[in-house]
Amino acid sequence: MSQTTLKAICAAAIATCALASTSALAQVKIGFMSTLSGPAASLGQDMYDGFMLGVEHAGGKLGGAAIEVLKEDDQLKPELGVQIVSKFIERDKVDIVTGVTFSNVMMAVAKPLADGKAVFVGSNAGPAPLAGAQCNANFFFTSWQNDMQAEVVGKYATDKGYKNVYIMAPNYQSGKDNVAGFKRYFKGGVAGEVYTTVNQPDYSAEIAQMQAAKPDALFVFYPGGMGVNFVKQMRQAGLLGQIPLLSVSTTDGSTIPALKETALGVISGTFWGPDFNNAASKKFVADFEKKYNRIPSQYAAQSYDSALLIDSALKKTGGKASDKNALAAALRAADFKSVRGNFRFNKNGFPIQDMHVFEVAKDAQGRVSLKTASTPLKDLADPYVKDCPLK
Amino acid sequence: MSFNLLLAQSLNGLQFGVLLFLMAAGLTLVFGIMSFINLAHGALYMFGAYFAALVFAASGSFALALLAAALGVFVLAALLDAGGLAVLHKRDHLDQVLATFGMVLFSNEFVRWAWGNSPLFMDTPDALSNSVQILGFNYPAYRFAIIGVGLAVALGLYALIERTRIGMLIRAGASNREMVSALGVNIGWLNRFVFALGAGLAGLAGAMVGPILSIQPGMGEPILVLTLVVIVIGGIGSIRGAFLGALVVGVVDTLGRVLLPIWLRELFDASVANAAGPALASMLVYLLMVLVLAFKPDGLFPVKARQQ
Repeated sequence: MSQTTLKAICAAAIATCALASTSALAQVKIGFMSTLSGPAASLGQDMYDGFMLGVEHAGGKLGGAAIEVLKEDDQLKPELGVQIVSKFIERDKVDIVTGVTFSNVMMAVAKPLADGKAVFVGSNAGPAPLAGAQCNANFFFTSWQNDMQAEVVGKYATDKGYKNVYIMAPNYQSGKDNVAGFKRYFKGGVAGEVYTTVNQPDYSAEIAQMQAAKPDALFVFYPGGMGVNFVKQMRQAGLLGQIPLLSVSTTDGSTIPALKETALGVISGTFWGPDFNNAASKKFVADFEKKYNRIPSQYAAQSYDSALLIDSALKKTGGKASDKNALAAALRAADFKSVRGNFRFNKNGFPIQDMHVFEVAKDAQGRVSLKTASTPLKDLADPYVKDCPLK
Repeated sequence: MSFNLLLAQSLNGLQFGVLLFLMAAGLTLVFGIMSFINLAHGALYMFGAYFAALVFAASGSFALALLAAALGVFVLAALLDAGGLAVLHKRDHLDQVLATFGMVLFSNEFVRWAWGNSPLFMDTPDALSNSVQILGFNYPAYRFAIIGVGLAVALGLYALIERTRIGMLIRAGASNREMVSALGVNIGWLNRFVFALGAGLAGLAGAMVGPILSIQPGMGEPILVLTLVVIVIGGIGSIRGAFLGALVVGVVDTLGRVLLPIWLRELFDASVANAAGPALASMLVYLLMVLVLAFKPDGLFPVKARQQ
């Protein structure tokens, strides 16, 4: 073989490769980041599974555009989150960043996202500063502002006429935010307010103190393993059923499989439950159960909604993500069928939505799940929007 | 605070202390007798909890679950020792810390891979699921079971170490291993037995906490830190020290969590007390450890043989 032929073949090969890679290149790149390792990994996994089910329901494309989803694990480390987001924006040149499980990671990545003028669709963490003074025209959240879930439980406690509620939460920012949110809508008195060490395993001492205070009801915020520990120990002390247990993030899709019957009767507040009776929710729940063989959590639902939201926006822009302003305007329209029913964005990019209260109960198939109890707050907007300078 | 409540809280402290003892007994045996620092002790506790949850779910028998956890982790530890850990016995402490820390990371990822991220479900056995009324408080019956098992283990270990031939060999091996092996005792096998015994106790502790705590990857680390505090306070290598040290830590930690915020509320306003109370309470056992190290560096109840 002559050298020229060889050169020609090489050139042809390279050209074909280049061609092949262009055609395989996605039109829209999405950077998905959540917490996929460590004790809270089940939340991040639910978010990813929900998001990918949304993509599947949209036909494997979003808004008719072929997509590429880059999945990264922030390991619940804010500094790692910043590195990942910088990589998404500078090296991968993604069009949309989505996900983010925890508020501390969210606060850390807010600046690089804003500096990189990225379009961001958050599907869990909703810290107060991003709803208030640091709000951003390119940020959208398909979950809730952190306070909302506690506010609805506060309203529920007021509606129930509880006079004397005991409050417990871990001693860190989210714990205090949830207590503040609860108190904002609770009009009765507080029998006691106790903050425990983060990730404390045993609550026997605090439970004995609480019993001695003889409250009408107990409000707690114990996410993840803390919630599993706390509810088990309340049950064994024979107090579940005697003192109503009102909660946020304590009995959710991530902890109920570990608690099962132990958690029956516990009340919690959020925006969506697997027994919702609208078409979008039914389809989501049925297909999620079929695909992943478990009841979807609210974290999966939020992220499923984020995929549908992106799908609706890209439909409006004709599958193009190059014009950031057009994409943000299309996202703001929120023209999609949310699993929660009514959905619209406030000017700060957080939803205005109905908030519900759920009771842990058995579903039609006898599995322990969340049952909608009531809707104490309709069309709830977060309290920080007044500090947001956006129009 | 009423006297009854204080008594109930002391019972909580005792129960927590007994649980810490189950962990500390194994760690102090291995550390004191073999001079082997095993950071993977918390991982063995986690395996105990997982084995118990799986066996309990499959068989419905809590006794079987406890047995499976203790024996399962005993065998696992013996295999680990035979499979390479034994090499580390002669190495210095830094190597042991690095190697066993690696095992912690590996174990957590293994558990995650094998049984998933979500916590496992384990119910309280029916016979112990009720609460008992004492002094006007609901006290969980299961917590009495923990106290009972812990005390039984303490007595059993005392009898084993002080009253049996194998216990005599263990004590002799701790003082002078060359002499013991010169007398024809296989010191390698003796060490392996001690290591597996300590691990079995950690497995039992893991199984006992299954019904009250969340069974999840990484559950062993918080308790390991407290266990290390216990053996430092109690005196390294001493079963008696581990027992008394565990009770001290359990009671101080529990009563500190309860009393500190109450006292602070009398001195400062509520928001300061609510913020400082839990922070100070969580430091209390470490402050205690600092005091013990400053004034009695060998621990409160050191091994007598070491003082010669």
